[in-house]
Amino acid sequence: MTPEIWTPGAEVARVRSKPLDRTALALYAGASGDHNPIHIDLDAAREAGLGDVIGHGMFAMALLSRALTEAVDQRAIRSFGTRFLHPIQVGDVLECVATVVSLEDVDGDPVATVSLTASTLTGEPRLAGQALVSLGNGMKI
Amino acid sequence: MVGRDAIGRVFGPYHGTVDRNRLRYFAQVTGETRPEYLDAEVARAAGWRDIPAPPTYTFCLQMLDTIEPLDWAVAIGVDMPRALHGDQLFTYHQPICAGDRLSFILTIVDVFEKKGGALTFIVTRTSARDHSDQLVAELDQTLVVRNR
Repeated sequence: MTPEIWTPGAEVARVRSKPLDRTALALYAGASGDHNPIHIDLDAAREAGLGDVIGHGMFAMALLSRALTEAVDQRAIRSFGTRFLHPIQVGDVLECVATVVSLEDVDGDPVATVSLTASTLTGEPRLAGQALVSLGNGMKI
Repeated sequence: MVGRDAIGRVFGPYHGTVDRNRLRYFAQVTGETRPEYLDAEVARAAGWRDIPAPPTYTFCLQMLDTIEPLDWAVAIGVDMPRALHGDQLFTYHQPICAGDRLSFILTIVDVFEKKGGALTFIVTRTSARDHSDQLVAELDQTLVVRNR
């Protein structure tokens, strides 16, 4: 990845997740400390009015973050945010895409605004996010 | 139902220690393949102090090391099984690596309703500081509660 391609409209990373399965949800619960049973226990999910377990929003965000760390050294990321549009579900494969929206100078540092989206392979949106990335230092070549 | 009187309430500090083996496990579960997230030697060669915590990991850290990490939500009356994560923002100030010990303080920033009271939105800001009390990250979260 070279800084030259960081122009508005340029896609700087695209990462596809493995299909989400129940094992991954259980392992993420352990890895993240989020033991909310609606993510891992079908009985609890039904009790909460859901048809099935749903994925952790923060698991989806971690998968989306890989589109960022694929494109840049993490030290270049100033901020990273997302909206959770729809819970991820068992069977989902997330296509995570990072696209440059704009470039601006912040106190002498070139900063890119990057749009980040995660959608299923059938195009259903799951996350819509944005990051500010400093292009001055720490760029991965 | 969570009322607007919760605005301004402060919870914590919560504490968490960034553990190298836990970071490796997290990287494996999330499919992270870049070697600095898996190998401390590679991380050090790339200028990190140790394996770095990935971009969303500070959110997890407070939950991993706290027995009741959501006590703040229970204290203000959130019915947790009916709560969904609406949005999440991280603002990064300093790198966070294995071995770091962080403390978290959470403030309820806003509470408001939508759809005639069917949904309650709770906005929180958490500041994460290192052992020398330096601000390393801020976490802004919106929870959405589906009221009965």
